[in-house]
Amino acid sequence: MIYFDNSATTKVTPEVLKVYEKVSQRFFGNPSSLHYLGTQAHELLESARAQVAQILHVKPTEIYFTSSGTEGDNWLIKGTAMEKMRFGKHIITTQIEHPAVAHSMDQLEHLGFEITRLSVDKTGQISIDELKQAIRPDTILATFIAVNNEMGAIQPLAKISEVLAEYPTIHLMIDAVQAIGKIDLPLGNDQRIDMAVFSGHKFHAPRGVGIVYLKEGKQVAPLLSGGGQEKGQRSSTENLPGIVATSRALRLLTKDEMKKRQHLAQLTQKLREGLKNLPYVQFFSTDKGAPHITCLGIQGIRGEVLVHALEAEEIYVSTTSACSSRAGRDSSTLLAMGIVHEEAETAIRISFSEYNTMEEVAQFLQAFKAIYRQLTRIYEK
Amino acid sequence: MINMTASIYLDYAATTPMDISVIEKMTDTMRNHYGNASSIHQYGRNSKKLLEHARKTVAEYINALPEEIIFTSGGTESDNTAILMGAHARSDRGRHIITTAVEHEAVLKPLKRLEAEGFEVTYLPVGITGELDFEHFKEAVRQDTILVSIMSVNNEVGTIFPIEKIGAFLSERDILFHTDAVQAFGPLKIDVKKAKIDLLSASAHKIYGPKGVGFLYKRKNIAIPSFMLGGNQERKQRAGTENLPAIVGFEQAVCHMKANRAQFNQHAVNLREQLIYELNHQAINFQINGNLSQQVPHIINLYFPNKLAEQLLIQLDLKQIAVSAGSACTAGSIKPSHVLQSMYGDQSDRLMHSIRVSMGAFTTEKDIKDFVKVLKEIV
Ligand SMILES: Cc1ncc(COP(=O)(O)O)c(C=O)c1O
Ligand SMILES: Cc1ncc(COP(=O)(O)O)c(C=O)c1O
Repeated sequence: MIYFDNSATTKVTPEVLKVYEKVSQRFFGNPSSLHYLGTQAHELLESARAQVAQILHVKPTEIYFTSSGTEGDNWLIKGTAMEKMRFGKHIITTQIEHPAVAHSMDQLEHLGFEITRLSVDKTGQISIDELKQAIRPDTILATFIAVNNEMGAIQPLAKISEVLAEYPTIHLMIDAVQAIGKIDLPLGNDQRIDMAVFSGHKFHAPRGVGIVYLKEGKQVAPLLSGGGQEKGQRSSTENLPGIVATSRALRLLTKDEMKKRQHLAQLTQKLREGLKNLPYVQFFSTDKGAPHITCLGIQGIRGEVLVHALEAEEIYVSTTSACSSRAGRDSSTLLAMGIVHEEAETAIRISFSEYNTMEEVAQFLQAFKAIYRQLTRIYEK
Repeated sequence: MINMTASIYLDYAATTPMDISVIEKMTDTMRNHYGNASSIHQYGRNSKKLLEHARKTVAEYINALPEEIIFTSGGTESDNTAILMGAHARSDRGRHIITTAVEHEAVLKPLKRLEAEGFEVTYLPVGITGELDFEHFKEAVRQDTILVSIMSVNNEVGTIFPIEKIGAFLSERDILFHTDAVQAFGPLKIDVKKAKIDLLSASAHKIYGPKGVGFLYKRKNIAIPSFMLGGNQERKQRAGTENLPAIVGFEQAVCHMKANRAQFNQHAVNLREQLIYELNHQAINFQINGNLSQQVPHIINLYFPNKLAEQLLIQLDLKQIAVSAGSACTAGSIKPSHVLQSMYGDQSDRLMHSIRVSMGAFTTEKDIKDFVKVLKEIV
């Protein structure tokens, strides 16, 4: 069994799972309760927060726990809109955002906000000139998918930060769900980025925990309101076992991070090398993207067909993204890159985790080539 | 399993420890079924099967259809979704909403937001027993009322509200009916069809399930916009990668409740009787807030005229006895309970002299005995 669908979700590592089990048995108190069980739970929560903050080079008071990446995206986008609408109603984003961002934008558009969706080139990157031209006096938010979930394009965060440096009142946000551990993220007090969204289940933590970085002093209205947890910014009883397990998973992810990134890059390189001589294989990812994601297709073969053929060999990959396995508006990244519909339909996404091996890639290549020969036989006549 | 040897936990209404069978199910799911339930490959399909199985179990427990269950991140998200989206869905028909003065903050806060947007909210007070006057409720309903949100069971006093009567009344009027059943789901038998409920919120961590998962029941044929936007999960009604392990854990908690409900309730009734007996027996000066005959047996709210709740909590805490004043979720500070305020008025001495005791599956007769002994020393 080979699991190459790590951008959809990952397997919880045994060590992290053990943390989850332990915390749920030993620290079941409600962190908001004032008694000792609550206090213990609260202290554990704060130490998890401190650890996450340290790893991300930000302050503990700037870290908030949510239930998912989707919630983080919804919160920061709608929360910024609500908080800052008296200053303006213009927002800048890209055409290749995750649906959690894209659909939040659509909703705001219905409510009378104006959205500029920057185009991307063949590599999936925005143009800095287009960004500069898009900025207006009433722009309140600019948000970018740091690493695209369908084909791995990395946005030029340093250049974006440079441009936005001249406009300090615009909230600058990144969706870093696919980026964490894979690329350098310029976060911290001396950096321009104000807000970032992460999701634990993409890095071997249990599902159900997201992380939000919100720079001190930046105002955002809450999405979930109620008991006043997370300093009133995110109400609901804290998922302590999930949060502590996530902080452990983040620590594991960022241990020997450079080595791991190199490992991922090697896996990807081996994959590309192995397939590059197959004439009907088309790469939609460049070799400059994130080290763990490769998007490709076999001409004329629908992605679904390829996914199921690989599955028969116990190899698990996906069509472009798990939460939108259908074509249309949702799998818009490739279309936005100028790839025609017929080609975009052939795409599959192969996504690695640090636990995948060269041996698995070798096995994959062998299986892929056999499938390739079979599926492309018609072309050889 | 849980290290409670030296301590006495009487705060089950704040949260419950997970049942060991729940933890086992969850860890098994994380180990063996880690596919994304929306992926099209076999791993995804297996996860999807587990997800739909859980949905069916949960639905059956309240006599709903599986497609009427939307899994969420907890009671708060369910409440927020029901209130905000329910009101917006009906805002073309009117802007009046009815609720009670004793709801949880997860209902009250979104209502405050709606008020700021121009909706009008009627907060029905409760009587001295904590109960809602049904006639009073009926009088509050107007032509332009679009939404009623009334909790099934109050989290501080345990009062049971007449959900079925309210549902029957509203069903003839095309008014959305939401109930926050976070404290009722599990111990009480809920039949959403019989009670004619349109929207119902529940949370797993109050019934020995995991924290961070809940559901919103939404009656078929009722359309409200989705709150969490993104992927197409939960029939496009709630985006976000499905939290399968927690959902499977929630299912297990429901099975566990279903199998043991009668026994748990009897256990709670016995413990409550014992508690009252011991308090009287030790000649402690106390009174019960509310009316026990209209309350769930595992929650009891006690008034100690001679002792400030804050001091009581601190002294109990030193003895490793966990109770609470008001609700845990009013995070971190003791302020006068809005529930007791509605029952007894702003000036009542009870506001600062009452604590909530809530019992559960792991509470023993000895716990109650020891608790009262300590009370005797400090009151
Ligand atoms: C880039 C990106 N943003 C947001 C999300 C949503 O995260 P979650 O699944 O935790 O809701 C995902 C993953 O599905 C993603 O890849
Ligand atoms: C009545 C009631 N509603 C809502 C909630 C919120 O649920 P959760 O903590 O799962 O968000 C609680 C408890 O915290 C509650 O007691």
